[in-house]
Amino acid sequence: MEKPLTKHIRKDQRPLSLKEYEKVGGYESVRKILKGISPKEVQKIVIDSNLRGRGGAGFGTGLKWSFVPLDVLKPKYLIANADEMEPGTFKDRILLECTPHQLIEGMIVAAYAIQADVSFVFLRWAYKTAADTITKAIHEAYEAGYLGKNILQSGYDLEMHLHTGVGRYMCGEETALLNSLEGKRATPRAKPPFPQISGLFGKPTIVNNVETLCCLPHIINNGADWFNELSLTNDSGTKIYGVSGKVKKPGAWELPMGTTLRELIEVHAGGMADGLKFRGALPGGASTDFLVEDHLDVKMDYTHVAAAGSRLGTGTVVILDDKTCPVGFIKNLEHFFAQESCGFCTPCREGIPWVEKILNSIETGEGRLEDLKLLEFHTKYLGPGNTFCAFAPGAMEPLQSGLKYFREDFERHIQEKKCEFKNFKFQVSNSVES
Amino acid sequence: MSTLYIDGKPFEVSSGKNLLETCLSLGFDLPYFCWHPALGSVGACRQCAVKVYKDENDKRGRLIMSCMEPVTNNQLISIDDVEAKEFRDHVIEWLMTNHPHDCAVCDEGGSCHLQDMTVMTGHSYRKFTYKKRTYKNQQLGPFINHEMNRCIQCYRCVRFYKDYAGGKDLDAFASRNKVYFGRHEDGVLESEFSGNLAEVCPTGVFTDKTLKQHYTRKWDLTMAPSICQHCSLGCNIIAGERYGSLRMIANRYHGEVNGYFLCDRGRFGYEYVNAPTRLKIPVFQNGSTEDVNITRLLKQISSLKGSTIIGIGSPRASLESNYVLKKLVGESNFYLGVSETDYRLTNLILEILSKGPARPYSMKDVEESDAVFVLGEDLTNTAPMLALAVRQSVRQQPLKKVESAKISLWNDAAARELIQNEKGPLFLGTIAFTKLEDVATSTCHASPDDLARIGFAVAHLIDPGSSPVNELTELEKSLAQNIANTLLKAERPVVISGSSSGSDAVIKAAANISAALQKKKSNSGIVLVVPECNSLGLGLIGGQSLAKAFDESAKGKVEAAIILENDLYRHATLPAVDKFISSTKNIVVLDHTINATTRKATILIPTGTFAEADGTLVNNEGRAQRFFQVYEPANGIKESWRWLIQLSEGLLEKNFNHWKNQADVIQSLAKEIEIVKGVDTIVPPPHVRINGQRVPRQSHRYSGRTSMLANINVSESKPPEDSDSSMSYTMEGFRGQPPSSMIPFFWSPGWNSVQSVNKYQEEVGASLRGGDPGLRLFNPGQNNSVKYFETIPEKFEAVKGKLLAVPLHHIFGSEELSSKSDAVSKRIPQAYVIINGEDASSLQASEGEEIKFEIDGQSYQLPVKISKEIQKGVVGIPIGFADVPYADLPAWAILKT
Repeated sequence: MEKPLTKHIRKDQRPLSLKEYEKVGGYESVRKILKGISPKEVQKIVIDSNLRGRGGAGFGTGLKWSFVPLDVLKPKYLIANADEMEPGTFKDRILLECTPHQLIEGMIVAAYAIQADVSFVFLRWAYKTAADTITKAIHEAYEAGYLGKNILQSGYDLEMHLHTGVGRYMCGEETALLNSLEGKRATPRAKPPFPQISGLFGKPTIVNNVETLCCLPHIINNGADWFNELSLTNDSGTKIYGVSGKVKKPGAWELPMGTTLRELIEVHAGGMADGLKFRGALPGGASTDFLVEDHLDVKMDYTHVAAAGSRLGTGTVVILDDKTCPVGFIKNLEHFFAQESCGFCTPCREGIPWVEKILNSIETGEGRLEDLKLLEFHTKYLGPGNTFCAFAPGAMEPLQSGLKYFREDFERHIQEKKCEFKNFKFQVSNSVES
Repeated sequence: MSTLYIDGKPFEVSSGKNLLETCLSLGFDLPYFCWHPALGSVGACRQCAVKVYKDENDKRGRLIMSCMEPVTNNQLISIDDVEAKEFRDHVIEWLMTNHPHDCAVCDEGGSCHLQDMTVMTGHSYRKFTYKKRTYKNQQLGPFINHEMNRCIQCYRCVRFYKDYAGGKDLDAFASRNKVYFGRHEDGVLESEFSGNLAEVCPTGVFTDKTLKQHYTRKWDLTMAPSICQHCSLGCNIIAGERYGSLRMIANRYHGEVNGYFLCDRGRFGYEYVNAPTRLKIPVFQNGSTEDVNITRLLKQISSLKGSTIIGIGSPRASLESNYVLKKLVGESNFYLGVSETDYRLTNLILEILSKGPARPYSMKDVEESDAVFVLGEDLTNTAPMLALAVRQSVRQQPLKKVESAKISLWNDAAARELIQNEKGPLFLGTIAFTKLEDVATSTCHASPDDLARIGFAVAHLIDPGSSPVNELTELEKSLAQNIANTLLKAERPVVISGSSSGSDAVIKAAANISAALQKKKSNSGIVLVVPECNSLGLGLIGGQSLAKAFDESAKGKVEAAIILENDLYRHATLPAVDKFISSTKNIVVLDHTINATTRKATILIPTGTFAEADGTLVNNEGRAQRFFQVYEPANGIKESWRWLIQLSEGLLEKNFNHWKNQADVIQSLAKEIEIVKGVDTIVPPPHVRINGQRVPRQSHRYSGRTSMLANINVSESKPPEDSDSSMSYTMEGFRGQPPSSMIPFFWSPGWNSVQSVNKYQEEVGASLRGGDPGLRLFNPGQNNSVKYFETIPEKFEAVKGKLLAVPLHHIFGSEELSSKSDAVSKRIPQAYVIINGEDASSLQASEGEEIKFEIDGQSYQLPVKISKEIQKGVVGIPIGFADVPYADLPAWAILKT
């Protein structure tokens, strides 16, 4: 089983230096494209590879690039979205901390493909270690001539900067990220115009997820067919899956795209912790719909998870067990979303805090049956298109599926005016592995 | 054009506009908050949702925000769709989770867009049962009250204040449902346009603090269409009264003039009308008010019959009043009550505007100009709303990029994102720093003569047929070249100048540029700013200069002078006016407010302010506009022109008592003065009735009528009859939309806030139905045979021991009447002078230290501000300030130690 993205991660997670990285074939893709693959051809290879964005939306990477006008004047921007703040998601962190040069290499490929001349790594504030490794790696790459003017004497220029955010979930949304990078409030922008036309500082811009970018060197080196064949399904490549929650071995693993949820939990995560049963899972972070026991054999790719009524999202699974209160679980998520709403549009700004208050009252035994109707009205009207961006619809996904699958828990809270899960205590004893 | 199907009905509409404005233009009621016709769309509030369908077979449709979607041909939408209605209702419900239930004590109540939209959506019961969020409010200065708890986070305040008006001290802070709109700390809002927040805010967060001092519900106001009196632009306003005092000024939309906004001087400068400085009863010499009644007063004046009486007119009095005075005293005895400089410059400007060849641009034209050259004017302080228009003009060229990127111009955030900080061409040549510099392409600061030289050089570069300028520095040459090239390249270039620097040469240079441009570009324009609200009107009526009057009086030939609404001490030096007054036996003053001249009157007749008078003003572009009396003043106070008609009965054999009303006066005037022909037709004559009815000044919701004067008389008194217009002082009358020139307030069923103006326009943002009111008097035709002004001033040279004193203007402080208003008076800065650093060091004066000098024999002692942005050898003096004596500037200041 090939693990192109993680094969060079050491046991102690110390990142490879540039020299070490070059020894294992690092920057080969950059040499290859600069020697004579045109930007259009790079785009073609990536389109053929069927690489889909690993940030959660799953949009075709090559297709996204193709909207950038190649003939317009510079500057054009490439941005690595390393603002990983989706609750339960820690896959990019591994790549950022352990394989910084792989990211830089991927960014050069992407930047070249759209003929960008300036690039940014927009890094989550809390990723202090990653900030160090990336800073060092960018410096090394400049020294070695992979960044800067006239890269490898090809005539192609690319600058790269690290920008650390201030810790807003909203900045993971690409247009809010752009506003933040410009020094503005981190509110999303209306689309159209898309960033490919008017992005950072009003110039053509591509924002790609870290994991997406890390796939690129391997696609260039090994070809589109190879990448397609890595997968067990039609959605190509490998995927860094993660599992968190009360399982025996929470962690993250690079596996073929399409690995089943069951395999993730039972094989890689070592099954549920002793005495606990699986009740449900958020397949791709906090803003995805619950999957339940019936879905354990769902192949974890974009298409199959969508067919099961959820989204692959970031591919990092959050597990709900039978001793954890689903209402409290969801309330916790909605608290997060209420805190992180940027406050730009009405439904999100006012709706999610209302949802949080309702969930809180249900959990504390003060809920009313009509509150469930109010929750449902929010899940209906905080849907896509009604709010300014995808934030609120995402926030509603665990709630709407929670109401569907765990309705009896909600009703019991209201009828019994208490939370029966209150007294259960769980000892955390496991360590995360990758 | 496109066909748009709304709930199954087809409508022919223009393509490319957004669905919201299109629906509103068609007369549909669709609620919104964050969209504003002048600010465009951002999609924040989600209130204007409608359903859109892919085709006839699509029965489900999807919700979209109508403000964010362009109209496309054969589009199918539904406003009435159940889900769309439910969603709109829920948006209100969400907003109401935090909006307080304080309508009863909220200043906005009854004229609140949020109330209107709430009713429109049908939301009534709120299901939210938790605590509401609260904020701390800020002290924002004398104009604007802040009550953040009411905020619904529509973002319009910051979009107006920052994006539109260029303000820097109001912003959105924090995030989620804690977003806060205010300053970084308590303090006076710096923008000259802060008052618009009260109208831009859809609810009661930002409200008019001056109204709060004497609050009344807006539906309880008696209102009339009026014209702002505080600068020469003639912004259209609505003035409202209750219990005999003027309570509020609001914007009255005019598509060509002021659009949706007003400046703070215009909005808050009205309080002089109610101030203790108002004159309410006639006064005889020595301040004696004993036994003064009108009969005695008129008798006293009649005794002057046959003697030489001169009349001194006023640039802040109406055409009517000036005209009647001129008729009363006779052509040869009529003097325009303005300084020698203003007299000369106003006549020069009249000549330029009336002869052309360039067309006087309206403010709307300026907004749409793609290259602007401002020569000699500090617009923010001399004509504030024009500065706001210029601020929009710098977006014109960058907006072309937006169009070519296929981004709709109304898609405001996207357009601004693409434009970034790019600005179209704006060149400023001013005496000192001006606030428009943050958007200017390049700026130069110089003495009036040097500014004029650059202007002449630009004209010469555009058309070598105009006179060349010698001895320019390299810097000046390249600046002139850059300006000339840019203006020539533009599609709609405009040159803006005016009389505020006191220089003929500056105005002539501007005229040469516009004439040269007009030769090459038929679409170019010129704007010339004049000192006061009716400076041009006074100039059109015509008369001799004030100095001539002084000369006549010095010869002892003048028995009496009738001074019309004019403080002569603001137009001539103190010794000169004193001398004139002491050598004239009878000083009859008609005015409404105490000033230095009224104190010297032998007979003082109290007159109505603009709010208590009917009249016509001519603004700086030559647009004649009518203002209507808002309320009948107490104590028999009348318009000046009415008093003057009455005086004619005692003074003239052939008197004017056949002039019964304003219409009679203006008709006579229109017949007599060729250039103002038609000025009597700008409003319907007073006998006109609509469906047999007058247009009421009071809304149908007006309350308390039967009881409000019950302390005086229990029977309700008969409302005054208005003989000057077809409006009434009651709530009864025609309830439809009146003619555009006679809109006393904007109201439409379901639309109680200022947003109801949408219903009065041909289409959103266009002219009022029936055309924007007023009459443009100057419409020069194509005339390329224009003669250039040829005299070019010498290069300015600093003179040892002297500084050239030049006038500086302040939005708050330089204008007479607004300075007497409480709120505005709090914003008047301390008097000062500005000098260059080099002059400061040779005077050994440091910042804040006082320097002494003399102008025209008058002594000055004022603290110094040191600036790089004023030419060496020049001293800038704020004019109109109480503690800065008048001098006819520019003039040499002789330094004293």
